Amino acid sequence: MGRGPGNGGAEWIRGAGRDADVVMSSRVRLARNVAGVPFPNAAKREDRRLVVDMVRAATAEARPAESTLWVDMNECPPLERSVLVERHLISKEHAKGAEPRAAVISGPEEWLSIMVNEEDHLRIQVMRSGLCLSEAFAQIDAVDDGLERRLTYSFSPRFGYLTACPTNVGTGMRVSVMLHLPALKITGEIDKVRRAAKGMNLAVRGFYGEGSDAVGDFYQLSNQTTLGKSERDLLDDFERRIVPEVIDYERHAREALMKKRRVVLEDKVQRAIGLLRHARMLGADEALQLLSHVRLGVSLGVLDGVDVTGVNQLILDTQPAHLQRVAGREMDQSERRVARATLVRERLAE
Amino acid sequence: MTCDTEGCPNEATVSETVIRGGKRVEKHLCEQCARKQGLVVQQHVPISELLSKFVVQQSGGAPKSAEKSAHCPACSLTWAQFRQNGVLGCAECYRAFESDLSPLIERAHEGGTHHVGKAPRRAGGAAAAQVVQTRLAAIRRELEQAVAAEQYERAARLRDELRKIGDAPRGGAEEN
Repeated sequence: MGRGPGNGGAEWIRGAGRDADVVMSSRVRLARNVAGVPFPNAAKREDRRLVVDMVRAATAEARPAESTLWVDMNECPPLERSVLVERHLISKEHAKGAEPRAAVISGPEEWLSIMVNEEDHLRIQVMRSGLCLSEAFAQIDAVDDGLERRLTYSFSPRFGYLTACPTNVGTGMRVSVMLHLPALKITGEIDKVRRAAKGMNLAVRGFYGEGSDAVGDFYQLSNQTTLGKSERDLLDDFERRIVPEVIDYERHAREALMKKRRVVLEDKVQRAIGLLRHARMLGADEALQLLSHVRLGVSLGVLDGVDVTGVNQLILDTQPAHLQRVAGREMDQSERRVARATLVRERLAE
Repeated sequence: MTCDTEGCPNEATVSETVIRGGKRVEKHLCEQCARKQGLVVQQHVPISELLSKFVVQQSGGAPKSAEKSAHCPACSLTWAQFRQNGVLGCAECYRAFESDLSPLIERAHEGGTHHVGKAPRRAGGAAAAQVVQTRLAAIRRELEQAVAAEQYERAARLRDELRKIGDAPRGGAEEN
Protein backbone atom coordinates (compact mmCIF):
# COMPACT_ATOMS: atom_id res chain seq x y z
CA MET A 1 0.00 0.00 0.00
CA GLY A 2 2.50 2.55 -1.16
CA ARG A 3 0.21 5.55 -1.33
CA GLY A 4 -2.31 3.88 0.91
CA PRO A 5 -3.80 5.14 4.15
CA GLY A 6 -1.38 5.90 6.90
CA ASN A 7 1.25 7.66 4.85
CA GLY A 8 -0.41 11.04 4.77
CA GLY A 9 -1.83 12.88 7.74
CA ALA A 10 -5.47 12.12 8.36
CA GLU A 11 -7.63 15.23 8.47
CA TRP A 12 -8.99 14.42 11.92
CA ILE A 13 -5.50 14.18 13.40
CA ARG A 14 -4.68 17.82 12.63
CA GLY A 15 -5.87 18.98 16.03
CA ALA A 16 -7.24 22.10 14.42
CA GLY A 17 -10.70 23.55 14.02
CA ARG A 18 -13.33 24.75 16.43
CA ASP A 19 -12.95 23.72 20.07
CA ALA A 20 -10.11 21.39 19.15
CA ASP A 21 -8.66 21.64 22.66
CA VAL A 22 -11.54 19.43 23.83
CA VAL A 23 -13.05 17.95 20.66
CA MET A 24 -10.51 15.76 18.94
CA SER A 25 -12.73 14.80 16.01
CA SER A 26 -16.27 14.87 14.63
CA ARG A 27 -17.86 12.05 12.70
CA VAL A 28 -21.11 11.55 10.81
CA ARG A 29 -22.12 8.21 9.34
CA LEU A 30 -25.05 7.06 7.23
CA ALA A 31 -26.35 3.51 6.91
CA ARG A 32 -27.80 2.62 3.51
CA ASN A 33 -28.91 -0.55 1.75
CA VAL A 34 -29.43 -1.39 -1.88
CA ALA A 35 -33.06 -2.27 -2.72
CA GLY A 36 -33.87 -5.80 -3.76
CA VAL A 37 -30.82 -7.44 -2.15
CA PRO A 38 -30.94 -9.06 1.32
CA PHE A 39 -28.92 -7.31 4.05
CA PRO A 40 -25.29 -8.55 4.23
CA ASN A 41 -25.83 -10.97 7.13
CA ALA A 42 -28.60 -12.79 5.23
CA ALA A 43 -27.25 -12.33 1.71
CA LYS A 44 -25.69 -15.11 -0.30
CA ARG A 45 -22.12 -14.78 -1.41
CA GLU A 46 -23.19 -13.88 -4.97
CA ASP A 47 -25.46 -11.15 -3.60
CA ARG A 48 -22.66 -9.66 -1.55
CA ARG A 49 -20.38 -9.78 -4.56
CA LEU A 50 -23.11 -8.04 -6.58
CA VAL A 51 -23.33 -5.22 -4.02
CA VAL A 52 -19.55 -4.81 -4.01
CA ASP A 53 -19.56 -4.53 -7.81
CA MET A 54 -22.50 -2.10 -7.83
CA VAL A 55 -20.89 0.18 -5.26
CA ARG A 56 -17.58 0.03 -7.06
CA ALA A 57 -19.22 1.15 -10.30
CA ALA A 58 -21.28 3.82 -8.52
CA THR A 59 -18.26 5.33 -6.75
CA ALA A 60 -16.21 5.26 -9.94
CA GLU A 61 -18.92 7.35 -11.60
CA ALA A 62 -19.95 9.55 -8.71
CA ARG A 63 -16.36 10.38 -7.69
CA PRO A 64 -17.30 11.24 -4.10
CA ALA A 65 -13.81 12.63 -3.38
CA GLU A 66 -10.95 14.00 -5.45
CA SER A 67 -9.04 10.79 -5.14
CA THR A 68 -10.28 7.53 -3.70
CA LEU A 69 -8.68 4.25 -2.88
CA TRP A 70 -10.62 1.03 -3.37
CA VAL A 71 -9.74 -1.66 -0.83
CA ASP A 72 -10.93 -5.20 -1.49
CA MET A 73 -10.92 -6.85 1.93
CA ASN A 74 -10.07 -10.26 0.42
CA GLU A 75 -6.85 -8.86 -0.94
CA CYS A 76 -5.98 -6.74 2.06
CA PRO A 77 -3.44 -8.43 4.39
CA PRO A 78 -4.41 -8.66 8.11
CA LEU A 79 -1.87 -6.05 9.23
CA GLU A 80 -3.15 -3.50 6.70
CA ARG A 81 -6.69 -4.18 7.86
CA SER A 82 -5.66 -3.46 11.44
CA VAL A 83 -4.05 -0.20 10.30
CA LEU A 84 -7.41 0.80 8.79
CA VAL A 85 -9.17 -0.05 12.07
CA GLU A 86 -6.69 2.00 14.09
CA ARG A 87 -7.23 4.93 11.73
CA HIS A 88 -10.99 4.63 12.36
CA LEU A 89 -11.60 4.01 8.66
CA ILE A 90 -13.22 0.61 9.07
CA SER A 91 -14.71 -1.24 12.05
CA LYS A 92 -13.17 -4.25 13.77
CA GLU A 93 -16.05 -6.37 12.47
CA HIS A 94 -15.39 -5.24 8.92
CA ALA A 95 -11.75 -6.22 9.22
CA LYS A 96 -12.64 -9.79 10.22
CA GLY A 97 -14.85 -10.97 7.39
CA ALA A 98 -13.32 -12.85 4.49
CA GLU A 99 -16.40 -12.73 2.26
CA PRO A 100 -16.94 -10.07 -0.40
CA ARG A 101 -16.38 -6.86 1.52
CA ALA A 102 -14.70 -3.65 0.55
CA ALA A 103 -13.88 -0.13 1.63
CA VAL A 104 -13.60 3.13 -0.24
CA ILE A 105 -11.21 5.60 1.34
CA SER A 106 -10.54 9.13 0.24
CA GLY A 107 -6.88 10.00 0.04
CA PRO A 108 -4.70 11.50 1.26
CA GLU A 109 -6.67 13.16 4.03
CA GLU A 110 -8.98 10.26 4.75
CA TRP A 111 -12.00 12.42 5.48
CA LEU A 112 -14.31 9.91 3.80
CA SER A 113 -14.68 6.19 4.08
CA ILE A 114 -17.38 3.84 2.83
CA MET A 115 -17.62 0.32 4.18
CA VAL A 116 -19.31 -2.06 1.76
CA ASN A 117 -21.09 -5.09 3.27
CA GLU A 118 -20.54 -4.37 6.91
CA GLU A 119 -23.81 -4.69 8.88
CA ASP A 120 -25.49 -2.73 6.07
CA HIS A 121 -24.59 -2.65 2.39
CA LEU A 122 -23.14 0.83 2.80
CA ARG A 123 -21.80 2.58 5.84
CA ILE A 124 -20.69 6.01 4.71
CA GLN A 125 -18.56 8.02 7.13
CA VAL A 126 -17.06 11.51 7.16
CA MET A 127 -14.53 12.41 9.83
CA ARG A 128 -13.18 15.88 10.56
CA SER A 129 -10.90 17.57 13.05
CA GLY A 130 -12.41 19.59 15.92
CA LEU A 131 -16.12 20.33 16.30
CA CYS A 132 -17.19 20.27 12.67
CA LEU A 133 -20.45 18.37 12.43
CA SER A 134 -22.45 20.66 10.12
CA GLU A 135 -19.67 20.70 7.58
CA ALA A 136 -19.17 16.96 7.89
CA PHE A 137 -22.91 16.53 7.32
CA ALA A 138 -22.88 18.73 4.23
CA GLN A 139 -20.08 16.59 2.82
CA ILE A 140 -21.72 13.27 3.59
CA ASP A 141 -25.07 14.50 2.27
CA ALA A 142 -23.44 15.30 -1.07
CA VAL A 143 -21.68 11.92 -1.19
CA ASP A 144 -24.98 10.21 -0.39
CA ASP A 145 -26.79 12.13 -3.15
CA GLY A 146 -24.13 11.19 -5.67
CA LEU A 147 -24.42 7.49 -4.83
CA GLU A 148 -28.19 7.57 -4.65
CA ARG A 149 -28.37 8.74 -8.25
CA ARG A 150 -26.71 5.49 -9.24
CA LEU A 151 -28.04 3.03 -6.65
CA THR A 152 -31.64 2.46 -5.55
CA TYR A 153 -31.76 2.50 -1.78
CA SER A 154 -34.18 0.54 0.41
CA PHE A 155 -36.55 3.14 1.72
CA SER A 156 -40.00 3.13 3.30
CA PRO A 157 -42.16 6.23 3.70
CA ARG A 158 -42.86 5.26 7.30
CA PHE A 159 -39.52 3.93 8.53
CA GLY A 160 -37.20 5.90 6.26
CA TYR A 161 -33.90 4.27 5.22
CA LEU A 162 -34.23 0.57 6.03
CA THR A 163 -31.29 -0.91 7.92
CA ALA A 164 -30.35 -4.39 9.09
CA CYS A 165 -30.72 -3.37 12.72
CA PRO A 166 -33.96 -1.50 13.53
CA THR A 167 -32.00 0.75 15.92
CA ASN A 168 -30.51 2.53 12.87
CA VAL A 169 -33.71 2.92 10.87
CA GLY A 170 -35.05 6.36 9.84
CA THR A 171 -32.24 8.72 8.94
CA GLY A 172 -29.67 5.96 9.36
CA MET A 173 -27.48 8.70 10.75
CA ARG A 174 -25.11 8.43 13.67
CA VAL A 175 -23.36 11.61 14.80
CA SER A 176 -20.41 11.40 17.15
CA VAL A 177 -17.58 13.38 18.65
CA MET A 178 -14.35 12.16 20.23
CA LEU A 179 -13.87 14.23 23.34
CA HIS A 180 -10.71 14.69 25.37
CA LEU A 181 -11.81 15.14 28.99
CA PRO A 182 -8.71 14.82 31.18
CA ALA A 183 -9.60 17.60 33.63
CA LEU A 184 -13.03 16.11 34.39
CA LYS A 185 -11.26 12.83 35.03
CA ILE A 186 -8.73 14.43 37.40
CA THR A 187 -11.43 16.34 39.29
CA GLY A 188 -13.57 13.20 39.47
CA GLU A 189 -16.55 14.73 37.69
CA ILE A 190 -16.50 12.47 34.66
CA ASP A 191 -19.22 10.19 36.04
CA LYS A 192 -21.65 13.10 36.05
CA VAL A 193 -21.06 13.52 32.32
CA ARG A 194 -21.58 9.81 31.75
CA ARG A 195 -24.82 9.83 33.70
CA ALA A 196 -26.10 12.99 32.00
CA ALA A 197 -25.28 11.51 28.58
CA LYS A 198 -27.09 8.31 29.43
CA GLY A 199 -30.10 10.33 30.57
CA MET A 200 -30.19 12.03 27.17
CA ASN A 201 -30.13 8.66 25.43
CA LEU A 202 -26.60 9.15 24.12
CA ALA A 203 -23.99 6.44 23.91
CA VAL A 204 -20.62 6.93 25.62
CA ARG A 205 -17.79 4.79 24.33
CA GLY A 206 -14.02 4.65 24.58
CA PHE A 207 -11.30 5.55 22.09
CA TYR A 208 -11.62 2.30 20.19
CA GLY A 209 -15.40 2.49 19.68
CA GLU A 210 -18.10 -0.01 20.51
CA GLY A 211 -17.34 -2.16 23.52
CA SER A 212 -14.19 -0.31 24.50
CA ASP A 213 -13.47 1.35 27.82
CA ALA A 214 -12.32 4.91 28.09
CA VAL A 215 -8.54 4.90 27.96
CA GLY A 216 -6.49 8.05 28.13
CA ASP A 217 -9.50 10.23 28.95
CA PHE A 218 -10.93 9.99 25.43
CA TYR A 219 -14.68 9.53 25.21
CA GLN A 220 -16.80 9.06 22.13
CA LEU A 221 -20.27 10.53 22.46
CA SER A 222 -22.99 9.64 19.94
CA ASN A 223 -26.75 9.73 19.34
CA GLN A 224 -28.80 6.55 19.52
CA THR A 225 -32.11 7.80 18.18
CA THR A 226 -32.42 7.85 14.40
CA LEU A 227 -36.19 7.79 13.83
CA GLY A 228 -38.63 10.68 14.29
CA LYS A 229 -36.08 13.49 14.14
CA SER A 230 -34.69 15.09 11.02
CA GLU A 231 -30.97 15.13 10.31
CA ARG A 232 -30.94 18.88 10.87
CA ASP A 233 -32.66 18.66 14.28
CA LEU A 234 -30.36 15.87 15.38
CA LEU A 235 -27.28 17.80 14.32
CA ASP A 236 -28.39 21.08 15.88
CA ASP A 237 -29.22 19.41 19.14
CA PHE A 238 -25.86 17.72 19.25
CA GLU A 239 -23.63 20.50 17.93
CA ARG A 240 -25.28 23.53 19.51
CA ARG A 241 -26.62 22.20 22.79
CA ILE A 242 -25.15 18.93 24.02
CA VAL A 243 -21.50 19.08 22.96
CA PRO A 244 -20.96 22.75 23.95
CA GLU A 245 -22.24 21.92 27.42
CA VAL A 246 -19.69 19.18 27.86
CA ILE A 247 -16.95 21.44 26.43
CA ASP A 248 -17.82 24.17 28.95
CA TYR A 249 -17.80 21.67 31.75
CA GLU A 250 -14.31 20.42 30.80
CA ARG A 251 -12.99 23.97 30.39
CA HIS A 252 -14.29 24.94 33.83
CA ALA A 253 -12.54 21.93 35.31
CA ARG A 254 -9.32 22.94 33.49
CA GLU A 255 -9.59 26.50 34.79
CA ALA A 256 -10.22 25.29 38.31
CA LEU A 257 -7.14 23.08 38.09
CA MET A 258 -5.04 25.99 36.79
CA LYS A 259 -6.20 28.32 39.55
CA LYS A 260 -6.51 26.10 42.56
CA ARG A 261 -4.43 23.00 41.96
CA ARG A 262 -1.79 24.15 39.53
CA VAL A 263 0.92 22.04 41.18
CA VAL A 264 -1.17 18.89 40.84
CA LEU A 265 -1.77 19.68 37.18
CA GLU A 266 1.86 20.51 36.40
CA ASP A 267 3.01 17.44 38.25
CA LYS A 268 0.79 15.21 36.08
CA VAL A 269 1.94 16.90 32.87
CA GLN A 270 5.66 16.91 33.73
CA ARG A 271 5.61 13.32 34.97
CA ALA A 272 3.93 12.31 31.72
CA ILE A 273 6.44 14.05 29.47
CA GLY A 274 9.31 12.83 31.65
CA LEU A 275 8.22 9.22 31.39
CA LEU A 276 7.56 9.49 27.67
CA ARG A 277 11.00 11.02 27.07
CA HIS A 278 12.88 8.43 29.09
CA ALA A 279 10.97 5.14 29.22
CA ARG A 280 12.48 2.18 27.38
CA MET A 281 9.26 0.18 27.24
CA LEU A 282 5.73 1.51 26.92
CA GLY A 283 2.39 -0.32 26.86
CA ALA A 284 -0.36 0.89 24.51
CA ASP A 285 -2.77 2.04 27.23
CA GLU A 286 0.05 3.55 29.29
CA ALA A 287 1.27 5.56 26.31
CA LEU A 288 -2.26 6.77 25.55
CA GLN A 289 -2.79 7.89 29.16
CA LEU A 290 0.55 9.74 29.28
CA LEU A 291 -0.06 11.36 25.89
CA SER A 292 -3.44 12.48 27.18
CA HIS A 293 -1.78 14.38 30.03
CA VAL A 294 0.75 15.89 27.65
CA ARG A 295 -2.09 16.98 25.36
CA LEU A 296 -3.74 18.66 28.34
CA GLY A 297 -0.48 20.42 29.23
CA VAL A 298 -0.05 21.68 25.67
CA SER A 299 -3.67 22.93 25.50
CA LEU A 300 -3.21 24.84 28.76
CA GLY A 301 0.16 26.27 27.78
CA VAL A 302 2.05 24.72 30.67
CA LEU A 303 4.26 22.70 28.36
CA ASP A 304 6.43 24.14 25.60
CA GLY A 305 8.09 22.55 22.63
CA VAL A 306 5.32 20.06 21.86
CA ASP A 307 2.25 20.68 19.70
CA VAL A 308 -1.22 19.10 19.63
CA THR A 309 -0.86 17.77 16.09
CA GLY A 310 2.34 16.00 17.09
CA VAL A 311 0.65 14.46 20.12
CA ASN A 312 -2.38 13.36 18.05
CA GLN A 313 -0.07 11.83 15.47
CA LEU A 314 1.77 9.92 18.21
CA ILE A 315 -1.52 8.60 19.59
CA LEU A 316 -2.10 6.99 16.22
CA ASP A 317 1.47 5.98 15.40
CA THR A 318 1.99 4.18 18.72
CA GLN A 319 -0.83 1.73 18.09
CA PRO A 320 0.15 -1.90 17.44
CA ALA A 321 -0.51 -2.21 13.71
CA HIS A 322 1.06 1.17 12.96
CA LEU A 323 4.22 0.20 14.85
CA GLN A 324 4.47 -3.10 13.01
CA ARG A 325 3.89 -1.52 9.66
CA VAL A 326 6.75 0.92 10.19
CA ALA A 327 8.98 -1.93 11.36
CA GLY A 328 7.92 -3.91 8.29
CA ARG A 329 7.35 -7.08 10.27
CA GLU A 330 5.16 -8.68 12.91
CA MET A 331 6.21 -8.00 16.49
CA ASP A 332 5.10 -9.57 19.75
CA GLN A 333 3.85 -7.47 22.62
CA SER A 334 7.19 -6.92 24.33
CA GLU A 335 8.89 -5.98 21.06
CA ARG A 336 6.11 -3.50 20.45
CA ARG A 337 6.59 -1.97 23.88
CA VAL A 338 10.23 -1.30 23.06
CA ALA A 339 9.43 0.02 19.58
CA ARG A 340 6.72 2.27 21.02
CA ALA A 341 9.05 3.76 23.62
CA THR A 342 11.74 4.33 20.99
CA LEU A 343 9.37 6.11 18.63
CA VAL A 344 7.98 8.32 21.41
CA ARG A 345 11.49 9.21 22.63
CA GLU A 346 12.57 10.25 19.15
CA ARG A 347 9.51 12.37 18.48
CA LEU A 348 9.47 14.10 21.85
CA ALA A 349 13.23 14.65 22.15
CA GLU A 350 14.07 18.11 23.51
CA MET B 1 -12.09 6.87 43.29
CA THR B 2 -10.73 3.36 42.73
CA CYS B 3 -12.79 0.21 42.40
CA ASP B 4 -14.05 -1.43 45.62
CA THR B 5 -12.89 -4.89 44.55
CA GLU B 6 -9.83 -5.88 46.51
CA GLY B 7 -6.65 -5.50 44.51
CA CYS B 8 -8.34 -3.88 41.53
CA PRO B 9 -6.50 -0.69 40.54
CA ASN B 10 -9.11 0.59 38.07
CA GLU B 11 -11.12 3.77 38.40
CA ALA B 12 -14.66 3.17 39.69
CA THR B 13 -17.24 4.28 37.14
CA VAL B 14 -20.31 2.33 38.22
CA SER B 15 -22.13 3.05 41.47
CA GLU B 16 -24.92 1.06 43.01
CA THR B 17 -26.78 1.48 46.26
CA VAL B 18 -28.08 -1.73 47.83
CA ILE B 19 -30.25 -2.02 50.91
CA ARG B 20 -28.90 -4.92 52.87
CA GLY B 21 -30.42 -5.78 56.27
CA GLY B 22 -32.04 -2.35 56.46
CA LYS B 23 -28.72 -0.59 55.77
CA ARG B 24 -27.68 1.32 52.72
CA VAL B 25 -24.54 -0.06 51.20
CA GLU B 26 -22.85 1.85 48.42
CA LYS B 27 -20.73 0.02 45.90
CA HIS B 28 -18.29 1.70 43.54
CA LEU B 29 -16.88 -0.54 40.88
CA CYS B 30 -14.93 -0.36 37.67
CA GLU B 31 -16.72 -1.59 34.56
CA GLN B 32 -15.01 -4.97 34.37
CA CYS B 33 -15.85 -5.81 37.99
CA ALA B 34 -19.38 -4.44 37.59
CA ARG B 35 -19.92 -6.69 34.64
CA LYS B 36 -18.57 -9.67 36.57
CA GLN B 37 -21.03 -8.93 39.35
CA GLY B 38 -23.88 -8.78 36.89
CA LEU B 39 -24.43 -5.03 37.11
CA VAL B 40 -25.57 -3.87 33.73
CA VAL B 41 -23.35 -1.24 32.17
CA GLN B 42 -25.74 -0.04 29.55
CA GLN B 43 -23.50 1.88 27.20
CA HIS B 44 -21.23 -1.06 26.59
CA VAL B 45 -23.86 -3.69 25.93
CA PRO B 46 -23.83 -4.47 22.21
CA ILE B 47 -26.96 -3.25 20.48
CA SER B 48 -27.94 -6.73 19.37
CA GLU B 49 -27.91 -7.98 22.96
CA LEU B 50 -29.95 -5.04 24.16
CA LEU B 51 -32.38 -5.62 21.38
CA SER B 52 -32.81 -9.33 21.94
CA LYS B 53 -33.42 -8.74 25.65
CA PHE B 54 -35.88 -6.04 24.79
CA VAL B 55 -37.75 -8.12 22.25
CA VAL B 56 -38.18 -10.87 24.82
CA GLN B 57 -39.53 -8.36 27.34
CA GLN B 58 -41.81 -6.69 24.83
CA SER B 59 -43.44 -9.77 23.51
CA GLY B 60 -43.34 -11.64 26.80
CA GLY B 61 -41.26 -14.34 25.20
CA ALA B 62 -44.05 -15.23 22.77
CA PRO B 63 -44.83 -12.78 19.99
CA LYS B 64 -48.54 -12.11 19.57
CA SER B 65 -49.12 -11.99 15.84
CA ALA B 66 -45.87 -13.42 14.66
CA GLU B 67 -46.05 -17.03 15.67
CA LYS B 68 -42.88 -19.00 16.07
CA SER B 69 -43.26 -20.20 12.52
CA ALA B 70 -43.81 -16.69 11.14
CA HIS B 71 -41.22 -15.80 8.57
CA CYS B 72 -40.41 -13.14 6.01
CA PRO B 73 -41.73 -14.22 2.57
CA ALA B 74 -38.73 -12.65 0.82
CA CYS B 75 -35.72 -13.88 2.80
CA SER B 76 -37.45 -16.47 5.05
CA LEU B 77 -35.95 -15.05 8.24
CA THR B 78 -38.06 -16.08 11.23
CA TRP B 79 -39.07 -13.82 14.12
CA ALA B 80 -37.17 -16.19 16.42
CA GLN B 81 -34.00 -15.68 14.40
CA PHE B 82 -34.42 -11.92 14.58
CA ARG B 83 -34.87 -12.16 18.32
CA GLN B 84 -31.68 -14.07 18.60
CA ASN B 85 -29.46 -11.88 16.41
CA GLY B 86 -31.13 -8.47 16.53
CA VAL B 87 -30.72 -7.98 12.79
CA LEU B 88 -33.28 -8.35 10.04
CA GLY B 89 -32.67 -10.23 6.81
CA CYS B 90 -33.96 -7.80 4.22
CA ALA B 91 -36.07 -4.68 3.64
CA GLU B 92 -39.20 -6.82 3.27
CA CYS B 93 -38.83 -7.96 6.91
CA TYR B 94 -40.06 -4.52 8.00
CA ARG B 95 -43.41 -5.24 6.32
CA ALA B 96 -43.57 -8.90 7.33
CA PHE B 97 -43.02 -8.16 11.03
CA GLU B 98 -44.45 -4.64 11.14
CA SER B 99 -46.89 -5.17 14.01
CA ASP B 100 -44.26 -6.74 16.24
CA LEU B 101 -41.48 -4.41 15.19
CA SER B 102 -43.42 -1.17 15.64
CA PRO B 103 -43.50 -1.09 19.48
CA LEU B 104 -39.88 -2.16 19.61
CA ILE B 105 -38.80 0.54 17.18
CA GLU B 106 -40.83 3.14 19.05
CA ARG B 107 -39.06 2.34 22.29
CA ALA B 108 -35.61 2.22 20.73
CA HIS B 109 -36.16 5.69 19.26
CA GLU B 110 -37.60 7.60 22.22
CA GLY B 111 -41.16 7.39 20.92
CA GLY B 112 -40.29 8.04 17.26
CA THR B 113 -42.75 6.16 15.03
CA HIS B 114 -42.33 7.83 11.64
CA HIS B 115 -39.41 8.97 9.58
CA VAL B 116 -38.74 12.69 9.39
CA GLY B 117 -35.97 14.02 7.19
CA LYS B 118 -34.11 13.11 4.08
CA ALA B 119 -35.62 10.87 1.41
CA PRO B 120 -34.05 9.61 -1.81
CA ARG B 121 -34.16 12.40 -4.36
CA ARG B 122 -34.86 10.14 -7.29
CA ALA B 123 -38.24 10.18 -9.03
CA GLY B 124 -38.60 13.91 -8.58
CA GLY B 125 -39.01 13.84 -4.83
CA ALA B 126 -41.84 11.31 -4.88
CA ALA B 127 -40.35 9.48 -1.92
CA ALA B 128 -40.17 12.67 0.15
CA ALA B 129 -43.83 13.48 -0.62
CA GLN B 130 -44.78 9.96 0.44
CA VAL B 131 -42.95 10.42 3.74
CA VAL B 132 -45.03 13.49 4.47
CA GLN B 133 -48.31 11.80 3.46
CA THR B 134 -47.62 8.75 5.60
CA ARG B 135 -46.81 10.89 8.59
CA LEU B 136 -49.88 13.09 8.09
CA ALA B 137 -52.12 10.02 7.93
CA ALA B 138 -50.62 8.65 11.15
CA ILE B 139 -51.09 11.93 13.00
CA ARG B 140 -54.70 12.23 11.77
CA ARG B 141 -55.43 8.74 13.06
CA GLU B 142 -53.90 9.61 16.40
CA LEU B 143 -55.87 12.86 16.52
CA GLU B 144 -59.16 11.01 16.00
CA GLN B 145 -58.28 8.67 18.83
CA ALA B 146 -57.35 11.57 21.10
CA VAL B 147 -60.62 13.36 20.42
CA ALA B 148 -62.63 10.16 20.96
CA ALA B 149 -60.85 9.65 24.28
CA GLU B 150 -61.43 13.33 25.19
CA GLN B 151 -57.67 13.91 25.55
CA TYR B 152 -57.88 17.53 24.47
CA GLU B 153 -54.35 18.59 25.32
CA ARG B 154 -52.94 15.78 23.25
CA ALA B 155 -55.38 16.59 20.46
CA ALA B 156 -54.29 20.24 20.44
CA ARG B 157 -50.65 19.24 20.23
CA LEU B 158 -51.37 16.91 17.33
CA ARG B 159 -53.38 19.60 15.54
CA ASP B 160 -50.41 21.96 15.85
CA GLU B 161 -48.18 19.30 14.43
CA LEU B 162 -50.53 18.78 11.48
CA ARG B 163 -50.59 22.47 10.81
CA LYS B 164 -46.81 22.63 10.93
CA ILE B 165 -46.37 19.84 8.40
CA GLY B 166 -49.20 21.15 6.23
CA ASP B 167 -47.55 24.55 6.02
CA ALA B 168 -44.16 23.21 5.18
CA PRO B 169 -43.31 22.96 1.51
CA ARG B 170 -43.66 19.46 0.13
CA GLY B 171 -40.82 17.07 -0.31
CA GLY B 172 -37.73 16.95 1.86
CA ALA B 173 -38.85 20.11 3.63
CA GLU B 174 -36.37 19.54 6.41
CA GLU B 175 -33.44 19.12 4.12
CA ASN B 176 -33.48 21.38 1.12
